[in-house]
Amino acid sequence: MTTPSETPEKDRPSMTKTDARLRADGITIGYDRRTISRNLSVEIPDGSFTVIVGPNACGKSTLLRGLSKLLRPSTGQVILDGRAITSYKSKEVARRLGLLPQTSLAPDGITVADLIARGRHPHQKLIKQWSREDEEAVVRAMEETSVAELSGRPVDELSGGQRQRVWVAMVLAQETPLLLLDEPTTFLDIAHQIELLELFQRLNREGRTLVAVLHDLNQAARYGTHVIAMKDGAVVAEGPPADLITEELVEDVFALPCRVIEDPVSHSPLVIPLGSLGPV
Amino acid sequence: MSPNPVPVRQARASVDFGRPTLITRGPRWSLRLDVRTVVSCAVFLLLTLAAVVVTLAYGTYEIPLPDVVRALLGEGPAGTRTVVVEWRLPRALLAVLLGAALAVSGAIFQSVTRNPLGSPDIIGFSSGSYTGALVVMLLTGGGYYQVAAGSLAGGILTAFVVFVLAYRRGAAQGFRLIIVGIAISAMLGAFNTWLVLRADIEEAMLSAVWGAGSLNSLGYDQLRPVLALLALLIPPALACGPALRRLELGDDAAAALGTRTEAVRLVLVVLGVALIALVTAAAGPIAFIALAAPQIARRITRGSSVALLPSAVLGAFLLALADLAGQRLFAPVQLPVGIVTVSIGGLYLVWLLVREARRT
Repeated sequence: MTTPSETPEKDRPSMTKTDARLRADGITIGYDRRTISRNLSVEIPDGSFTVIVGPNACGKSTLLRGLSKLLRPSTGQVILDGRAITSYKSKEVARRLGLLPQTSLAPDGITVADLIARGRHPHQKLIKQWSREDEEAVVRAMEETSVAELSGRPVDELSGGQRQRVWVAMVLAQETPLLLLDEPTTFLDIAHQIELLELFQRLNREGRTLVAVLHDLNQAARYGTHVIAMKDGAVVAEGPPADLITEELVEDVFALPCRVIEDPVSHSPLVIPLGSLGPV
Repeated sequence: MSPNPVPVRQARASVDFGRPTLITRGPRWSLRLDVRTVVSCAVFLLLTLAAVVVTLAYGTYEIPLPDVVRALLGEGPAGTRTVVVEWRLPRALLAVLLGAALAVSGAIFQSVTRNPLGSPDIIGFSSGSYTGALVVMLLTGGGYYQVAAGSLAGGILTAFVVFVLAYRRGAAQGFRLIIVGIAISAMLGAFNTWLVLRADIEEAMLSAVWGAGSLNSLGYDQLRPVLALLALLIPPALACGPALRRLELGDDAAAALGTRTEAVRLVLVVLGVALIALVTAAAGPIAFIALAAPQIARRITRGSSVALLPSAVLGAFLLALADLAGQRLFAPVQLPVGIVTVSIGGLYLVWLLVREARRT
């Protein structure tokens, strides 16, 4: 178990700028021959709820896949806890970093508990399939996401909001200090979106570092502690939402004229698109 | 243990999996067993054993069951022992082993392609094996081992071609695999027919018998290599079972849980092809076990996906039963087991389609 503080100095890459547990160092990343991001450097502040925003196809999900070793950069590297992520075994990465992908498939008729239990794989061995730690982690994950009472139900009988909570529970059962979430609120109604975001906020406050791709700027501003704005595969700006989300930035990143006012409830920036009403 | 402990809320309660579950833990191991799966496997193992014992009892000479058991234990008259142990036992064991191998191969491909039709006999590997065997038979008039080698080569070559054609954007996608496989299978079928047509009558008869898939005249000489190869192939395949279940969650989710998706899939496909090629090499193309056994096992265990071990047990049972039926149904006429499995399998497929159609 290596934490940054225990890593001998000589093992650290020379370009280390900070001690952030997870960062990308000049990565070039894409699919087949299509490059999405070139020479991209991103740092996930420890203990933050980092939200990545940007227009469709700007490379947000690709970045998450790169950060979680699902996609291998052609140049540069992703550093996890002071070492190149490629130097870890896949299972070791999965003990440090959890990812909720955009799309997952629940096998027909699988029950909630069975699905969530699969999140324990990084901690299991061939003959250690269901230890007490496994059981406790699954129970905790179910309590945190309020799906305990659904435990024995088939996943395909659940509503969209319940189902997404079950998938979140599966990632929580993995018990990783870092959690990456790829558009976790898409396809949910507004009430379920808020419910999930509040859950993420609570998990963050309890000590986990979260990275989420979100489409809703106002939700990013309200729940994120750190916002990364991306456009055309590059990071345009990053910082705390109150400083970052401005009319200029939204206009620049989304080509959307807007007004930004203070949210009367959360006092975070509130983006109001002008749309066809035009500049006032 | 996570490297940096996450704040922990204490909780101590057992989890409701929605179905009876047995948990056993020792100092260094822990297992979660699904009761229905365990019971189903046990029941079908007993039924397989019963089918084997009955197979051993019947034939040209009928032997009372107690005498069969005595012969198996090395007691009783030498004549009976010869018939039971030397003549009938290897064939019965081959039925059990080959059935299990077919079913595991089928379960692997159905799971990897995420489609109940993604079984190796549908996607052309059996046709390819048959082509390989035919070419050897007709060109060299080869013996059992040459034909087996030809079948092995044909099956593996066909699998390779199907995968290359279905490969796109970093992964052979399930549906493409099935479509390409069916197309290749149809072409090979035509080629096989042509090969048989241009052969002389004796060769044609021989190849037709082989092509039906039969356990007739198989003995210890065939059992030994099959046993050795299965001992190499089956344990790693079963060990891949948990990885298979993670792959069913989608590649991203599986990878995020620490699965090396491409590597695991490659290993599984190689094992699956090797298993089906082994069976075809040993006994000719035996259809439908690979297709039906995993699906029947899944329905009996009410599992959420095809599972390797229950499939293996059911495959063993089905082929043992089919061989028994082939020997006894129209005795003294001996049906090749392949004919029986096609008939049973056809009925099963019709039932499956009707059932699925009614449900939707």
